[in-house]
Amino acid sequence: MTPEAIDKVFRNEAGRALATLIRLVGDFDLAEDVLQDAFAAALLKWRGLEAPANPRAWLVNVARNKAIDRIRRNSSFRDKQQEIVHAIERDAASDDTDAPADLDDDMLRLICTCCHPAFAPEVQVALTLRTVCGLTTAEIARAFLATEDAMAQRLVRAKQKIRLAGIPYEVPGREALDERLRGVLTVIYLVFTEGYLATSGPELIRQDFAREAIRLGRLLLALMPEARDIKGLLALMLLHDARRPGRTTASGDIVLLEEQDRSTWNREQIAEGLALVEQALSAKGRPQPYTVQAAIAALHAQAPSYEQTDWRQIAGLYEVLLRIAPSPVIELNHAAAVAMVDGAARALALVDSLAARGGLKQYDLLPAVRADLLRRLDRREEARAAYRMASEATQLAPLKRLYARRLAELDAQA
Amino acid sequence: MQYLLMIYQNEAEYAKIEATPGQTMSPEYQAFTQSIISSGNYKGGDRLQPTTTATTVRVRDGKILTTDGPFAETREQLGGYYLIEAKNLDEAIGIAARIPSARLGSIEVRPIWQYDH
Repeated sequence: MTPEAIDKVFRNEAGRALATLIRLVGDFDLAEDVLQDAFAAALLKWRGLEAPANPRAWLVNVARNKAIDRIRRNSSFRDKQQEIVHAIERDAASDDTDAPADLDDDMLRLICTCCHPAFAPEVQVALTLRTVCGLTTAEIARAFLATEDAMAQRLVRAKQKIRLAGIPYEVPGREALDERLRGVLTVIYLVFTEGYLATSGPELIRQDFAREAIRLGRLLLALMPEARDIKGLLALMLLHDARRPGRTTASGDIVLLEEQDRSTWNREQIAEGLALVEQALSAKGRPQPYTVQAAIAALHAQAPSYEQTDWRQIAGLYEVLLRIAPSPVIELNHAAAVAMVDGAARALALVDSLAARGGLKQYDLLPAVRADLLRRLDRREEARAAYRMASEATQLAPLKRLYARRLAELDAQA
Repeated sequence: MQYLLMIYQNEAEYAKIEATPGQTMSPEYQAFTQSIISSGNYKGGDRLQPTTTATTVRVRDGKILTTDGPFAETREQLGGYYLIEAKNLDEAIGIAARIPSARLGSIEVRPIWQYDH
């Protein structure tokens, strides 16, 4: 195998191998350390050879033996040493079947532990990216605008809390599962949005984060095929991500939805998303927020053009969202849809009412939407001021360039 | 594992509730305590006198310094605690959520430090 091929195996297997190892050795840190040892061993062993038939089983096996070695060497385990080693060997013996169902359970255990409500949301995201997705601490630190040291500290503390506070390595029982699943979906969506619209920096889109989120969504759906909320979320991510090729120019500038070349959209991914939305919508019970958002994304994805979009239905769906999951961002999106149905003046009233209630401070989205509405109403001076405000409120270079472009267009018309 | 469940609530508000006929939480507390004794989770627990009775002690340069009142002035005060044995944090959180005062104030769940030797 080439080093690249080996690296790919590591990336694909790290999460599942770790999930199983944590159960086998009963300790997050020990499991991570011995998995690293196993990767190092694999790099030496696999180079130039064929890939082993089951690389994950190979890695887990080597790591497990390393764990037993470490426990034997470590004097602080002296009293319980025999007992622990015995337990690991016994679990290993019964684990040799390598049954896929067991491995799935391990992965779900790991996800549920990382998304435990005893962690702050950003800690849940960081822990999931590190342990489930196998991202490096440096990669996660970049996304959070934190230094690598600070992020490493945060992860160490989180893993300490798992051990010291007794956060269980298990999938919660039926009565707590729905609540936990909601938390897990929130984490996945946070990973996706960070990938879809980076909050700062030179790049608008962090493809790797969006891809990880979709991978997590698929994984979770495979683990819990009956959960319709997962279908809604996965559909939402697939449909948004399908439009990614049209959202930026080669030089990294933003192309707004109304100007996007729809032939660049990923039709295959749209088809997959549409099928999932339909399944999620046809399930019993009231639709959940992700499903409604996915339905909106589906209408956009199916529309032949910006003007020929079913704006009336989109505005209606935003009204549903305002009832079940109200937020200032939803209000803004609703206003933007209303502008297409009832005109910019009516939408501007909605946006101004949101602003008057103090929604969305220090955020470029509100002034940007306002600016666009004012531009359409031909109130140029106010539009200019709003674009300037939007530009000051964002850290993202591509958005700054977009607002500058709009300002230049207004100046050209004057 | 053992956990200390610390019950924080606003003393003044709680005193008002207790003074209102039929509002006292005592029967509920008795039932809750009995239930965790029967389930084997109970290790100990007490209600505390209000913070107006508190004295805070420090030793500086070998001298004992005392101040009237609690260590910190906060909106919610420590009013009591349970020491419990639970399988893991999820079980501890489940028990904490059943403490009657969880509906009024907040319960801080803290694992007890385990010494290895």
